[in-house]
Amino acid sequence: MDKVLFGDNQFFGVNHMSEEKSRAQSMRFRDTQAMIDVLDMAYEEGIKSFMCTTHDRTSEICDYFRSNADRYPDYQFYPGMPYAHKYANAVTDDGIVGAIKKFLPNDGLIDAVMRGGSSLAKKEIDGIATLLIDAEMKMFEGLSTPVIFLQNVVTDFLLGLGMKDAFRIFADHIKLKYNAEPGFITMNMPRLLDVLEEVGVENPIICANINQLGFRMCGGVELYNQTLEQRQFRPIAMSVLASGAIPPRQAIEYVSKLPKVQSIVFGASSLGNIRQTKALIDEYMNR
Amino acid sequence: MIKVAVVGLGKMGLSHQSIINMHPDVELTAVCDSSRFVLDMLEKYTGVSVYTNLTKMLEAEELDAVIIATPSKLHGPMVREALESNLHVFCEKPFCLDTDEGIELTKMAEQKGLVNQVGYHYRFVGAFQEAKRLIEAGAIGDVTHVKAEAYGPVVLKPSGSSWRNKRSEGGGCLYDYAAHPINLVNWLFGMPDSVGGAVLNKIFSMDSEDEIYATLRFANGLSGQLSVNWSDESYRRMTTIITLSGTHGKILVDRQECKLFARGEEKVPDGYEAGWNIRYTTELSEPVWFYVRGEEYSGQLDYFVQCIKSKQENNINSFASALQTDHVMKMLITDSERVPQDFSSTDIQQHKANESWWQRLSGKS
Repeated sequence: MDKVLFGDNQFFGVNHMSEEKSRAQSMRFRDTQAMIDVLDMAYEEGIKSFMCTTHDRTSEICDYFRSNADRYPDYQFYPGMPYAHKYANAVTDDGIVGAIKKFLPNDGLIDAVMRGGSSLAKKEIDGIATLLIDAEMKMFEGLSTPVIFLQNVVTDFLLGLGMKDAFRIFADHIKLKYNAEPGFITMNMPRLLDVLEEVGVENPIICANINQLGFRMCGGVELYNQTLEQRQFRPIAMSVLASGAIPPRQAIEYVSKLPKVQSIVFGASSLGNIRQTKALIDEYMNR
Repeated sequence: MIKVAVVGLGKMGLSHQSIINMHPDVELTAVCDSSRFVLDMLEKYTGVSVYTNLTKMLEAEELDAVIIATPSKLHGPMVREALESNLHVFCEKPFCLDTDEGIELTKMAEQKGLVNQVGYHYRFVGAFQEAKRLIEAGAIGDVTHVKAEAYGPVVLKPSGSSWRNKRSEGGGCLYDYAAHPINLVNWLFGMPDSVGGAVLNKIFSMDSEDEIYATLRFANGLSGQLSVNWSDESYRRMTTIITLSGTHGKILVDRQECKLFARGEEKVPDGYEAGWNIRYTTELSEPVWFYVRGEEYSGQLDYFVQCIKSKQENNINSFASALQTDHVMKMLITDSERVPQDFSSTDIQQHKANESWWQRLSGKS
């Protein structure tokens, strides 16, 4: 895995601190070209991995990198699926069954399954899940996707419900069909790791908030530190700056001293911020 | 262990189930919904007991509490059934479409000494809690005006109807969206004496309003303005904003941040200075034991559990407090249906002003 992954929150107006900043970002990145310009800046600084949500607009970025493959021979996508708002809105409009139908290829499978009126077999539910994954992955066809993530809202929702097998289904399908590593984004790292071990997902890639403030680190800083020290997994740190609440140098120095953390994902919109954060990661994480 | 069941497995019900299932003091005993598909999935993958009928579930399971997240028009009868079975009740908002029924159920819960809570989660958002604390500490002096807004992208085109966009079933922008800012105003200032100028307009929906504008008037001269639109795609997700003007300053608060402008003539609260101050959600959020989609969703359910454990009365978001919001919504509907006074005059031009020469020339109108 690359040491530095470039995140995409800024492109879609996701800001955990301020609605005003969110709106300013939405305005700035109205055009896909504006996003590509920032990705280019990051690329120039040596950041060649883009961790992105399967937002509708990500497909436009994918189109660009597909048609300019020779300019970015070593570029990698780390998709995170799904873009949860898309599903949440669909559930509101059409109910759960309607929402699932909406995102599935129209091959009548779910209709056939639902029409039966009888209980669904696990196998059928598994089938629906893998079809949903394929629908999300479509936009990345022909691009390199070494790690494919389940987004935190979904990971944590399934974790809460106790649908443990879902993680196994996801992991197996990602390995088998995409020849990629499954990854899991979460705000509940220690608990998720318990469950992944339980269902046999070994040495998992887990992307979680890791910051000095303990911001959205359920279980607390101490348990996170213990988990990092004692357990077998591959952590990626996100929200290292706690949405800007911690100064960059302090934040990255802190994370660099934690065991096992090999990669940091961060998002930024300006060359100054990209350059500064990348330089700090190089300075502290190279030991 | 407190034994809890969830009734109604839509977006909110499933989210509650996911959060409460992880609570260290709770055993999620059963779930109930009318969709066989959802029940099948939960039964096969989590092993939880599933029911399609509330009465049967209440008969068969030994429970302490239920979370009710069914379509709004079912809240009344289902809350009643749960209270009759002596269960503590967490009910999704809005509480009751029929205010008289709401009053009855509130009395019933209080008489039985059962914890009763409604899911107005904004009261558990750190930034709104901070705003309330600041107002009570007199940080902006006497509040003269409150602007309560909510915007978001829910209904963006004419579309098939579900209960969510039928007001008769408890859907629509008023019950779904406006309920939140109204509830926050109730939390800060109680009940308005009257409402006026209520506009409940359709944009895309057939059977409900999509936007609401109204004036609220309070006894002590405080006025309020309500502005809500759930057909506003310029927002990525629901955004609720409260703006408060006072004799000593101003507060702007949303889920992410609480901004105080202190004029500095009076004592400014500890940690704040004269001029603009910003506190972010990152510093205002209390850590939660399990996070799915926002600290406030975990926070309100933990609070419900703690209230059951400590037998607390007069809890935050009690039925009684949610009734205030139900009642304001009823006032708004009544006001909006009032026939406006006729001021039309044949002496006053009724159409828009004439086009300017430039508009005519450029073909723009």
